[in-house]
Amino acid sequence: MEWETVIGLEVHAQLKTRSKIFSVSPTAYGAAPNTQANVVDAAFPGVLPVLNAEVVRMAARFGLAIGATVHKRSVFARKNYFYPDLPKGYQISQYEHPIVERGRLVITTPAGEKTIGITRAHLEEDAGKSLHEDMDGFTGIDLNRAGTPLLEIVSEPDMRSAAEAVAYLKTLHTLVRYLDICDGNMQEGSFRCDANVSVRPLGEARFGTRAELKNINSFRFVERAIDYEVRRQIALLSSGGQVRQETRLYDSARDETRSMRSKEEANDYRYFPDPDLPSLVLTEAFLAEVRDAMPELPDAKRARFSAQYGLSAYDAGVLTASRELAQYYEDVLAAAGGEPKLAANWVTGELAARLNEDGLDIVDSRVKAPALAGLLRRIADGTVSGKAAKDVFEAMWAGEGDADAVIAARGLRQISDDSAIEEVVRQVIAANPKQLAQYRAGEEKVFTFFVGQTMKASRGKANPAKVNEILKRLLAP
Amino acid sequence: MTYGLAALDAKDIEKVAHLARLGLSGPEREAYAQDLSRILDLVSHMNAVATDGVVPMTHPDAAGLRLRGDKVEQEIDRDQLMAVAPQARDGLYLVPRVIE
Repeated sequence: MEWETVIGLEVHAQLKTRSKIFSVSPTAYGAAPNTQANVVDAAFPGVLPVLNAEVVRMAARFGLAIGATVHKRSVFARKNYFYPDLPKGYQISQYEHPIVERGRLVITTPAGEKTIGITRAHLEEDAGKSLHEDMDGFTGIDLNRAGTPLLEIVSEPDMRSAAEAVAYLKTLHTLVRYLDICDGNMQEGSFRCDANVSVRPLGEARFGTRAELKNINSFRFVERAIDYEVRRQIALLSSGGQVRQETRLYDSARDETRSMRSKEEANDYRYFPDPDLPSLVLTEAFLAEVRDAMPELPDAKRARFSAQYGLSAYDAGVLTASRELAQYYEDVLAAAGGEPKLAANWVTGELAARLNEDGLDIVDSRVKAPALAGLLRRIADGTVSGKAAKDVFEAMWAGEGDADAVIAARGLRQISDDSAIEEVVRQVIAANPKQLAQYRAGEEKVFTFFVGQTMKASRGKANPAKVNEILKRLLAP
Repeated sequence: MTYGLAALDAKDIEKVAHLARLGLSGPEREAYAQDLSRILDLVSHMNAVATDGVVPMTHPDAAGLRLRGDKVEQEIDRDQLMAVAPQARDGLYLVPRVIE
């Protein structure tokens, strides 16, 4: 039987605020335990939550960016459950009335573009962390993360393969960083994903029973976890079994998913509107302000890069993969005074390779945009050959100075002076009478021999275009 | 007079007690069943009111929520907060071991 995979994703994006969603504690990652949890985060009696305005602005920005309805009235609700890292005994979330509903995201797949529906996005607070290791039979609780603002983004079950799920996640990941609402750091848990996965016979209209996969903290693991889960469900159904609706944990070390709770109790969170927090009301003026401040979004930037700079769809896609990279590229263009294609080749080629090798982000590049522009100007005006330019770039990366300094110090200036090249060419021809005879007898292959010899004799500094031109003239009978 | 809500049975009480993490004895369960049923009965009076087309009001709040600016105020004295915890060590609150 042929099976169809159905995937819906829930992403928790940590909003990039300085303070927490309902308290004035800092949100910075990695502080000593419980040094960033105040009386509100630790749920001391009598405290009250006060909503952070920036969180609202960020959620609205996201909603507008995905073409969703940003509700003028939304309601915070209590989601009740007991766990020690949730000291209030409830999580403040949004339930019946989320701030954002009905948006969409266009993803690019090998089969073309596909629109994925986004059911809703709601605001909520994160819980603390439980530490079970080395606690002498206790569990240690660190509440630093408690109250960190999250935007939970829930997709429609619109994805049909693990690859589509990854494409959606990457598109969403790029978007939240463009919007500057989330740093996207998956290792630190700023962008977390749960996947609802089910399979059904191809052509069947009803959905199969789904499993929820948790604990997936990289794009690669998303793909692997879903692939594993799909294989497990198909094997189960093919052998007459049934999929149980349950939560499963992905174990990346073993590359498998495991049932998290043997006896899954139906969740009963007893949501109700939080009496501490009146409805969140947004004005038209506020939404207009958010709309006006909207940065250029990835799709628009990609289209503009293609049109304005004449780049291929591929190059435009690579260069707009992050806002920072796109900014770097445009900074190079501004400083170089043009050369969009040359700049694209260098940024996606040498520079990207070097960043990758050294594990650096574009903002930490050892060669800054104006410096790279300086090198590109020397390539464009013929001062250095493309080949020599790579050596110059390496030297710049190693901190040996700007392009002009390196070119001068290493004597890499290209020889473009006709008479100087002609002199070298004459010497090469004179030293190789046999090859000259062959060429004149019609063996045109020998031409490349002369090019090689000339470049060698000039120690790679002769302008190749000129070498070709002069050789053709002087070799002619 | 009741308005159609069934009284809570032992099973309901057991479930609610479990959700609230309350361990109730047999007689306590009995007492809670009666008390809670009476509370529901009181609430069920509202069923007699025609509410079709009435937008639910979650809060009596015409003005809506007041927001604060995204400002950090470091007002945390960990030792002072931990002084009231039953158990704490190395900056962590300690609780009986929890394993999912």
